[in-house]
Amino acid sequence: MTPMQRVLTTLGHEEPDRVPYFLLLTLHGAKELGLSIEEYFSNGQNVFEGQKRLREKYGHDCYYSFFYAPIEVEAFGAKVIYSEDGPPNSATPFLKKEMIPTLQAPDAKTAPILQKVYEATRLLKAHAKDEVPIIGVVMSPFSLPVMQMGFEAYLDLIYNEPKLFDQLMDVNMKFCIDFANAQLEAGATAITYFDPISSPTIIPKEIYLKTGFKIAQQSIAQIKGATATHFASGNVLPIMDILPQTGTAVVGVSTFEDLGELKKAAKQKLSLLGNLNAIEMRKWSVEETKAYVKEAIRKGGKGGGFILAENHGEVPYFVQEETLLAIKEAVEEYGNYPLQD
Amino acid sequence: MVENIEAFEESLLSLDRIQAKEILTQEPDTALFEALETVVVPTMESIGQKWEEGEVALSQVYMSGKICEEIVEELLPLDDETRIEHPNIAIMVYRDFHMLGKRIVLTFLRASGYKVSDYGHQESIDEIIKRIKSDKIEILLISVLMLNSALHLKELTDAIKAANLSTKVVVGGAPFRFDTHLYQEVGADAFGKSASDIIDIIDTLKAK
Repeated sequence: MTPMQRVLTTLGHEEPDRVPYFLLLTLHGAKELGLSIEEYFSNGQNVFEGQKRLREKYGHDCYYSFFYAPIEVEAFGAKVIYSEDGPPNSATPFLKKEMIPTLQAPDAKTAPILQKVYEATRLLKAHAKDEVPIIGVVMSPFSLPVMQMGFEAYLDLIYNEPKLFDQLMDVNMKFCIDFANAQLEAGATAITYFDPISSPTIIPKEIYLKTGFKIAQQSIAQIKGATATHFASGNVLPIMDILPQTGTAVVGVSTFEDLGELKKAAKQKLSLLGNLNAIEMRKWSVEETKAYVKEAIRKGGKGGGFILAENHGEVPYFVQEETLLAIKEAVEEYGNYPLQD
Repeated sequence: MVENIEAFEESLLSLDRIQAKEILTQEPDTALFEALETVVVPTMESIGQKWEEGEVALSQVYMSGKICEEIVEELLPLDDETRIEHPNIAIMVYRDFHMLGKRIVLTFLRASGYKVSDYGHQESIDEIIKRIKSDKIEILLISVLMLNSALHLKELTDAIKAANLSTKVVVGGAPFRFDTHLYQEVGADAFGKSASDIIDIIDTLKAK
């Protein structure tokens, strides 16, 4: 099977030839090319080349056209701060609540800073043809304000300023949908809708139902391709029953929740993506890595509907080549269907 | 008293500031510190514990702490000399820009009657050493979100030791929750899984 066939089969809740695995590598591309993180992310050609080399080395079942989370606030005019060994961060929040009524979304299709994402996606598409899925990323309209306003100001807005909240969601939703669709047009196969604020770890289910849930429903309905929703290591079990109603097909799950329980709760309506511990992974020996992979496959793999990955949506810079290769070897060893008990 | 704790918790989680204040001011003024110890601290610990167990969300921890802090500050201003000044505590975010964790812990401590110096966002080790020396900080609380920020804390804890300071370092934030041995690796003395751990940690470090 090609990676595309393998992934589509598992998303159809059937068993492919083996468990697919997504190594959601971003920063490792800079290492591969011997570039600083800032230089690496400065153009689409670098990210294309990085993704190509990483998949050649680790054999995983996707390309990941994600650059860095704050690229979206950068499109709004915010400043991004680079570090030598971690993902770029958004600097001081640029949006005060008084500015919301006049805030306008940048045009996602023509925004200069986003062109490198489309360039990388187009190059990956030409290279992968239809054999390897290309996974694009958007921040959900509901989660983006953490970078726009800062976490505290945003929580105050959610709880105390419903009108301004709605206005901000309108702006963000337009941007999110346009950015997702522009990536799909450039060649992305599917879009990961990053929505950590909707996790019950961050916001109670009753507020989620009135906010993030409805926003996800409206946004995902207008994204012209398949979506996966990722909670960036936040818990999801308490909302698993309603997530299919958002229109998502896949959910990124946390290492703090049991894959067996998640699988049961998904009821073949959602596929699972996860849930290796991305933080601890840095220190795993080859033996430990293989044991964790084996266990995840045992709990999540049966019947398809499962893609092995780490739980955060981005492999940390410090995770070693040996560990990533051990994941590959372990999937080849334990991930062939039919799975052995 | 248990009823008070339950009622106070319920009022905080439902964002009922008026009821929360009524519960705290049932006792005469002289008993305020007792109310902080017997009602505020156990309530905030309970809410933090419930977050740890997945029963409440972080936004509820934040909003509860904020209401609590506002009420307590009305009754006991930040510069009030009866606030708990010992040990000398400072709190900061190191290298990254994610401020919510610091804010929640600071809120919790202030609502519990502590005086705490807020160092905000810090990057320069020299500047941090200078401040903890001049403020005679005994316990330095550090919040981070990014793994690379957490790993760079080792340079700071080494510098504190090299400067012969006896300042204890307590860390918190997502990387320490996902890797419970990480705090030792970066040379910290303790870590908190959630804000609710902080009073116990301070008490333990004081006893040492």
